[in-house]
Amino acid sequence: MIEAIPTQFIIIFVGLLAIMAFVGLNAVVLVYLERKVAGFIHRRPGPYEVGPPCFPHGILQPLADGLKLVGKQIFTPRGADSFLFWLAPMISIAPAIVCFIAIPFGPYLQVINTNVGLILILAFTGINVLALCLAGWASQNKYGLIGAARDISQGVAYEIPLLLVVLSVVFMTGTFNLFDIADGQGAWPWQWYIVYQPLAFILFFICALAETNRNPFDLPEAESELTAGFHTEYSGMAFACFFLAEYAYMVVAACIIAILFLGGFQGPVAPGIWWFLAKVYVLLLIMIWIRWTFPRVRFDQLLNICWKWLIPLAVLNLLITLAVIAL
Amino acid sequence: MIVKSLSETLSGMWSLLVGMKVTAVNFKSPQITVHYPRQVTNLDGYRGHIELVPSDEDPTKSKCIACSNCVRICPGACISLKASKPKKKAAPEKTDAPSTANEAQPESKKEAPPKKAKPELQSFVLDYNYCCLCGLCVESCPSGALRYSSDVYVAGFTRQEFVYDLLSRLQYQAQKKEQ
Repeated sequence: MIEAIPTQFIIIFVGLLAIMAFVGLNAVVLVYLERKVAGFIHRRPGPYEVGPPCFPHGILQPLADGLKLVGKQIFTPRGADSFLFWLAPMISIAPAIVCFIAIPFGPYLQVINTNVGLILILAFTGINVLALCLAGWASQNKYGLIGAARDISQGVAYEIPLLLVVLSVVFMTGTFNLFDIADGQGAWPWQWYIVYQPLAFILFFICALAETNRNPFDLPEAESELTAGFHTEYSGMAFACFFLAEYAYMVVAACIIAILFLGGFQGPVAPGIWWFLAKVYVLLLIMIWIRWTFPRVRFDQLLNICWKWLIPLAVLNLLITLAVIAL
Repeated sequence: MIVKSLSETLSGMWSLLVGMKVTAVNFKSPQITVHYPRQVTNLDGYRGHIELVPSDEDPTKSKCIACSNCVRICPGACISLKASKPKKKAAPEKTDAPSTANEAQPESKKEAPPKKAKPELQSFVLDYNYCCLCGLCVESCPSGALRYSSDVYVAGFTRQEFVYDLLSRLQYQAQKKEQ
């Protein structure tokens, strides 16, 4: 009976379970980190009160938030398309978890080492646009609809420079395999691709911010204009799914940046996994830092940045990379 | 045209870095939040209900000389105090009475010769319900035995809760301080 189950399937199953735990844990840590960083930037302590004295500095706050979300009633608004309405959070969270199976966390820690790892991740992150579109459209709410429309135009626009930038790295390495890309870089910072592709790094970072709907590109959510954008009507765990997915995509984006430009799990002395996590968390901290620094861009500005600057620069970067490779 | 927009973009990107620096500096600088219940900083000028000032020698004793100036001047008549009568003739009685009431008393009694004994404050009750916070009692006190407390947590369900026995409050605070 056991022999009938392919080993690959067991590996993927266990891997997905581990990834779900990782995603959940990451969300807890990131929520805490985000609120603490926001607090410190505003010169206040951030969450401070939740938890007994043995857990100081409000370290149980994200746990309490999570429990609150689990305990809340989930509610379908009147006039909403209930099938699509409840499908959307699932479509949002599921691909986010699948994205992680191709990411090499360390030299020996990867669920499946596939040749199309990068394409797999780009394809699955693209599904999120569909999820947010369904969420906004099915919830029969003007804010939701505007949020969804914004998300689609933003997602489509920023996917182009993102792919062009990824292409220039792929042309350098000649592979879509994330493990090989990370393996091709050396242990020291001057051997990483950020040295060869600094422009690509900046472009990718900006596009990643936009793709993950982070400030200053969080127009689909835009609290001050659209209450909560596409997830205005969601409550309880349905909202938590979007929330988890958002943080999961942030981690995915940070992982990809770390692998493509910062040497992935490569690093001197310490084992690879720690280097990888350190790089990912530094990138996430920078994302959080950016969020609490800059105001939200206007929508025309958002598209202008993309069409007038990012896409031409990405094409230029790709052409230069190709020319250098051809020579 | 291209040069202009290019320089604009570059200066814009520079301003982004400047903005990041601003938040980084604020991140590192000390917090300005006051952790309120654990840390109170703004009660310096607060005038709460009155309280008795402990005497210099004994923190459980008041500086009050039981002259009743405060009782007389209070427009709301909310202060009532009781004092032991100064005993004139019988010297042995004096030494007996304080020893049953208080242990710390005999020293001061020994100093004072039998002809002129100080009245001893036995209770000092403030009915805060009628207090108009005029502060005349504090101003009129000749021995500086009254001051404003910084007790801001005054809320209750009955009027009786606002009738304060200030002498026992003083003794309670002194005990708490010792611990």
